[in-house]
Amino acid sequence: MTQLWDFTGGIHPPENKHQSTARPIRKADMPDRLVLPLQQHIGEPAELVVAVGDRVLKGQKIADVTNGMGVPVHAPTSGVIESIEQRPVPHPSGMADWCVVLKPDGEDQWCALSPIDDYKQLDRDAVLQQIREAGISGMGGAGFPTDIKLRPPRDRKVETLILNGAECEPYITADDMTMREQAAEVVAGLKVMAWILRPSRCVVGIEDNKPEAIAAMRQAVEGTQIEIAVVPTKYPSGGEKQLIQILTGQEVPSGGIPADIGVMCQNIGTAVAVGRAVFEGKPLISRVVTVTGEAVREPGNFEILIGTPIHHLLETAGLAQERLDRLVLGGPMMGYTLTSDTVPVVKTTNCVIAATAAELPAPPPEQPCIRCGQCAEVCPMELLPQQLFWYSKAGEFEKAEHLNLFDCIECGACSYVCPSSIPLVQYYRFAKGEIRTQRAEQLKADRARERFEARQARLEREQQEKEQRRKERAKAAAEAQAKKQAEAEMAAADGQASDDRAAKAALVQQALERKKAKAAAGTQEQPAPSSTEVADDKPDIEALEKQLTQAEAKLNTMQGMLDEARAQQADNVEKLERAVAKNHDRVQRAQQALDQARKQAAEEPASSQ
Amino acid sequence: MALVQQSSPHAHRARPTSRIMLWVILAALPGLLAQTLFFGWGNLINVVWCIALAMGAEAAFLKLRGKPVAFFLRDNTAAVTGLLLGLSLPQFTPWWVSGIAVVSAIIVAKQLYGGLGSNPFNPAMVGYALALISFPVAMTTNWAEAATLWGGAPGFGETLAKIFAGGQTAVDGWTMATPLDEYKHKIASHTSAEVLRHPTFGELIARGWEWVNLAFLAGGVLLIALRIITWHIPVAFLAGIAAMSLAFGSNADQYAPLQLHLLAGGTMLGAFFIATDPVSAATSHQGKLIYGAGIGILVYLIRSWGNYPDAVAFSVLLMNFAVPFIDHYTPPRTYGHHKARRGVPGRSGG
Repeated sequence: MTQLWDFTGGIHPPENKHQSTARPIRKADMPDRLVLPLQQHIGEPAELVVAVGDRVLKGQKIADVTNGMGVPVHAPTSGVIESIEQRPVPHPSGMADWCVVLKPDGEDQWCALSPIDDYKQLDRDAVLQQIREAGISGMGGAGFPTDIKLRPPRDRKVETLILNGAECEPYITADDMTMREQAAEVVAGLKVMAWILRPSRCVVGIEDNKPEAIAAMRQAVEGTQIEIAVVPTKYPSGGEKQLIQILTGQEVPSGGIPADIGVMCQNIGTAVAVGRAVFEGKPLISRVVTVTGEAVREPGNFEILIGTPIHHLLETAGLAQERLDRLVLGGPMMGYTLTSDTVPVVKTTNCVIAATAAELPAPPPEQPCIRCGQCAEVCPMELLPQQLFWYSKAGEFEKAEHLNLFDCIECGACSYVCPSSIPLVQYYRFAKGEIRTQRAEQLKADRARERFEARQARLEREQQEKEQRRKERAKAAAEAQAKKQAEAEMAAADGQASDDRAAKAALVQQALERKKAKAAAGTQEQPAPSSTEVADDKPDIEALEKQLTQAEAKLNTMQGMLDEARAQQADNVEKLERAVAKNHDRVQRAQQALDQARKQAAEEPASSQ
Repeated sequence: MALVQQSSPHAHRARPTSRIMLWVILAALPGLLAQTLFFGWGNLINVVWCIALAMGAEAAFLKLRGKPVAFFLRDNTAAVTGLLLGLSLPQFTPWWVSGIAVVSAIIVAKQLYGGLGSNPFNPAMVGYALALISFPVAMTTNWAEAATLWGGAPGFGETLAKIFAGGQTAVDGWTMATPLDEYKHKIASHTSAEVLRHPTFGELIARGWEWVNLAFLAGGVLLIALRIITWHIPVAFLAGIAAMSLAFGSNADQYAPLQLHLLAGGTMLGAFFIATDPVSAATSHQGKLIYGAGIGILVYLIRSWGNYPDAVAFSVLLMNFAVPFIDHYTPPRTYGHHKARRGVPGRSGG
């Protein structure tokens, strides 16, 4: 008997699983079109490796990720690539993303497959490559590329490999039915993963409300060292962190990953996909999806091709359109509502609930929080949901973060029990989003500041270097001058012959000095108002006026630019400030010159009379 | 096709605030029944009067605040406030004294702070403390003598007349000092055995009071079983009183004995129905233990060395003051963290 631990909190919502377990897993007919989003995994979107108009075979790779993390996308059936376009994809926002539209040709013709006969003879990397090439990413929710997950960091040896068969969310039975009907495939895939990771313990956790699955799995693991752990039914026991706590008694450190404590969780569907990839060479082109809810007449599970539009799936299950009120992708606790039934099934789609208004009624209006603390009683992460709610609502995100907002797994247990029907999880999502935005903006501002400071340092350095060079040049010039003088003196001392030349040089020198002195005097003193000069200046008043207006206009422009730059806290404020100061001086000088000229013009007629 | 757009979770458990409050009211009924059986009609009349006035005051003020009246009245919280006051006031409290208590509880202690969920103090206890300080005579001399309905308690009409037309004076033969009051004042000059001879103590512990307290205890256990309250506050409350009594009051010739503390006065009503008001209580389990124990200790301190024979109202209000502080330092340890993050952001880690 496996030792089990309990996790704090948790709830027991109505399970509503029996509706979809009455029938075996069925297959749906081929839809008219398959819509294959290029990004069904965490990482970079895949890029098309076939062209529009190409005929592709079933299982053929049609898109792949060459740069960065990601897995390829394969054709779920043979057909023609009709287009690549933006289509609505499964996402809470209802956004559109790039999708390949495949028109099936009805032949369902496989491409050449390369199964591995005996994986144990191969290198582990080769098997991991086979898993990657099969396009497998986690099928439980997030869609993390499985081959990367199966390569934990070197210093994180996985001691416990957990296969998550808890399936604690109400309504969903995809894993349950898979274990019942395909237990051998599940175990085969699990064995491959165990061979890759070499853990000392391998355990399948299943909630005790699935006796058929437990029996089938027990039979399938007979003779192996794989444990079957029957865990008490309590939502969210299938949460990764909770299941790890139940099965190992350990907690995943905040902000860390299970591998930090030597644990890894894998999903039932992923195990099946890994088995198929290795033993049959088949890529991930279909999965088991639960279709349930009171708006479908024949709820159950379907082995469905990736890319099948949801409405096709619903029609197969007998949708009563007039009764449909809410379409939930995923479970009733953590799933999200769809805006459109045209979105396709992707690798992470596990359940579609077509609910009637009576089945999932709209919550009553939000009432004030009475601090009853029931949310804290049921929180599996031992948070204080009501405090998080107060702070999120008040915009005091720092305090919310201090109370470990980011440890919230958004399981919805708090909202489920809230007597005031406060949409608590929505408040936490909002707060997390705001904090992430703030962080991003802070990062941006920090980078801008760093850039600015680096630029300032560079300019200063350049200025210094310039100054240095100028000094060196001056020094060199002075040395050259001194050398020349010394030569001249030597020449003078040499004899009579050079006397004339020396006298000439002296004369030139004197003339130069006179000229220099005159120039200096000219700049320091105002030029004496001689009549001839005034006469020359007279037509210049107009020119000076023009100069002044130009300078003023330029100053205004500069000032405007400076104000704008200041408002935006741009990098060039300092530069603009200098420019404005310079222009200001220019305007002043122009004004002075103009005033002077006008004064002279006024005096001139008097003196000429 | 207009599909409903809603954020998760899509399933909800239907036990709204109104039903929780209804359960609190139902759980208090055994206590009210015991009060009526052992002390006459006074409490029942008080309860009806206080609930009616509380609902009226709430409705009037909600209208004044421009809030949806029916929506908030339906949450039954005003009724609970009225109920708690009716249960804790002396049986023959004049109608206007209880009226002032109720109106100040609803308007000052609740609505002026922002209504349901925003009041830092227990509204019923604010009303009670206000009446006790303002009208000490009316609030201490109107306790009914323990007399069963079938054994000499004043009739319904007489009680009604006393409450609504009787003025502030006590009627001899109807009223009597409470056991805690009697013990406190006589023990200075008598031995315990002499004091306990007084008829207010009866044959068991405190005539009538013991049954009332046991009935409230039963109602409280029901609330815990229904998971409407947790055990932390009541148990800590009672443990606080017991610990103080064992530590300081073991000499019965000096201080009231433990059984009197637990089964006389408003102990059980306070422990299970008043201190557990979630709005004004501490939140985490650890915080609730500190909060409840604090009330218990204060109850004992005031009863033994203060000026008042009973002390639930003041103790609850004093600990209400401490709630933000307690909450600050008693957050639980979150999954995946080594220890709890106490205090304010940036000043302490975890």
